[in-house]
Amino acid sequence: MHERGLSLRRFKEFVIESAIYASGVLVIIFVVLIFLFLAKEGLALFKTVSLSEFFFGKKWYPISEPPQFGIFPLFLGSLLVTLGATIISVPVGVASAIYIAEVAPARTKEILKSGIELLAAIPSVVLGFIGMVTLVPLVKTVFKLPTGLTAFSGALVLAFMAMPTIVSIAEDALNAVPRRYKEAALALGATRWQAIWRVTLRAASSGIVAAIMLGIGRVIGETMAVMMMTGNAARIPHSIFNPVRTLTATIAAEMGETVQGSDHYFALFAIGIILFIISFIINLIADFALHRKRL
Amino acid sequence: MKISAHITQKIVFTILLLATLVVILPVLLIIFIIVRDGIGAISWEFLTAMPKMGMRSGGIFPAIIGTLYLVTGTLIFALPLGILSAIYLTEYAADNVLTRMVKFAIINLAGVPSVVYGLFGLGIFVVFLKFGSSILAGSLTLAIMVLPVIVTTSKEALDSVPQSFREVSRSLGATKWQTIRHAVLPHALPGILTGIILAVSRAAGETAPILFTVAAFYLPRLPQSIFDQAMALPYHLYVISTQVPNVEVKIRYGTALVLLVMVLSMNFLAIVVRSQFRKKQKW
Repeated sequence: MHERGLSLRRFKEFVIESAIYASGVLVIIFVVLIFLFLAKEGLALFKTVSLSEFFFGKKWYPISEPPQFGIFPLFLGSLLVTLGATIISVPVGVASAIYIAEVAPARTKEILKSGIELLAAIPSVVLGFIGMVTLVPLVKTVFKLPTGLTAFSGALVLAFMAMPTIVSIAEDALNAVPRRYKEAALALGATRWQAIWRVTLRAASSGIVAAIMLGIGRVIGETMAVMMMTGNAARIPHSIFNPVRTLTATIAAEMGETVQGSDHYFALFAIGIILFIISFIINLIADFALHRKRL
Repeated sequence: MKISAHITQKIVFTILLLATLVVILPVLLIIFIIVRDGIGAISWEFLTAMPKMGMRSGGIFPAIIGTLYLVTGTLIFALPLGILSAIYLTEYAADNVLTRMVKFAIINLAGVPSVVYGLFGLGIFVVFLKFGSSILAGSLTLAIMVLPVIVTTSKEALDSVPQSFREVSRSLGATKWQTIRHAVLPHALPGILTGIILAVSRAAGETAPILFTVAAFYLPRLPQSIFDQAMALPYHLYVISTQVPNVEVKIRYGTALVLLVMVLSMNFLAIVVRSQFRKKQKW
């Protein structure tokens, strides 16, 4: 009896431990599957459309006859919005991270951190909606534009959405700098700001780079808010005050209307491959930066 | 010289404070606007009735229920998988290529754009596995998307349990799994719970992954099985604010408010659980 009880327990443990290992492996399999399924559908496009037509074609007319699948305008749209959002969110985000990590008193710090978490929690479609009803009309009147649905409006909302990522990761990086670094600087007569600027920030630089990269990743991948705010015009923009359409918004807006197995369907998956690869590279760089920090 | 350094510091700290306010104040403003303009739409009918007249009146009941179904489905798949993966990483993983790959895979999953999850879900669940556009396909897609959230928070919780707990348990003759089950998991539970709540809140608020895997534009009845399409709150908000003309503004704000309250109350719960846990933590 005792023997049997023991072996049953061993068997149970074996099953559980196998499940644990399997779960770990499954996570890797998911990433591979995502890539395979994007590739399976996306690469089918290139039977009929050449790579250079796809990447450098200046016209995205997926439903005209003959259709044209040039993602260049969409790529420019994403680039413009991302660039705008990055220019705004990086300085503001890093500055807030410094304030929260180094300057704010303990009580304030907790309140500010909750505020940032609150922002991270607001669904993108809610931000898109609020942007549409408040920011879009404002941009239209302030800049005297025919429409407020522009790359600029999208960039503003996206900058805001990138904040939680940038602030929390940069703050972690600043907190991870050993206290004695700063204390040594203070002991030598530096002011708090001099210690932050010359010592803490330098020591945390790779973590801050990671924060910026992940913030950019968040911006490139954002879909709903940007689709609701940028006017959805798949044309080559001439300024940041033109309506644009991003890569992500194109997939979200058009997939519902495509026929499965059509070139249009394949083309949207091909855009998915590009987004997947971009996010992969960004994560790779961020991961590399974070690991260098630990050395 | 000394004084000017102090003045510099004053100026810089003021700028830093202003930057922080630029981030925080709009958050409060957004919440204020949605509550102010949405509260008027909230009524018993709005929460429990079917939409009427092409969503221009009536309630949002099926969207609320759809979101609840999706969140439940997401948890059923993501919860065991996420916690087991976290246990693998903290308790079993040797320092080898496999472990590095698992870690990198998780980082990567966290970074994949939500709309790409939507494509993936469409490709594998809707088309390849022939689930069709359904609650099942949508839940599976959302589950893979929130997996990194559960894994990272659970891993953090498990990591925070002191190594000595494990050593004591093992030295008393407990097996590895018994140790994890009785000496580690109970102490990590509140941290794991926080991760689960955050994952739920993320799943409830996402739109792009459900666009082509489950979301129904207008379906004024409740789903009957997991192979049915369903309405969902975030998609409903998108639809009534961009696709359907002449929807009363109040209804839009009201829908946004319900979604916001749902998501934020879960986040608030997570914060409460976490702070209670920190207070109780004795080590």
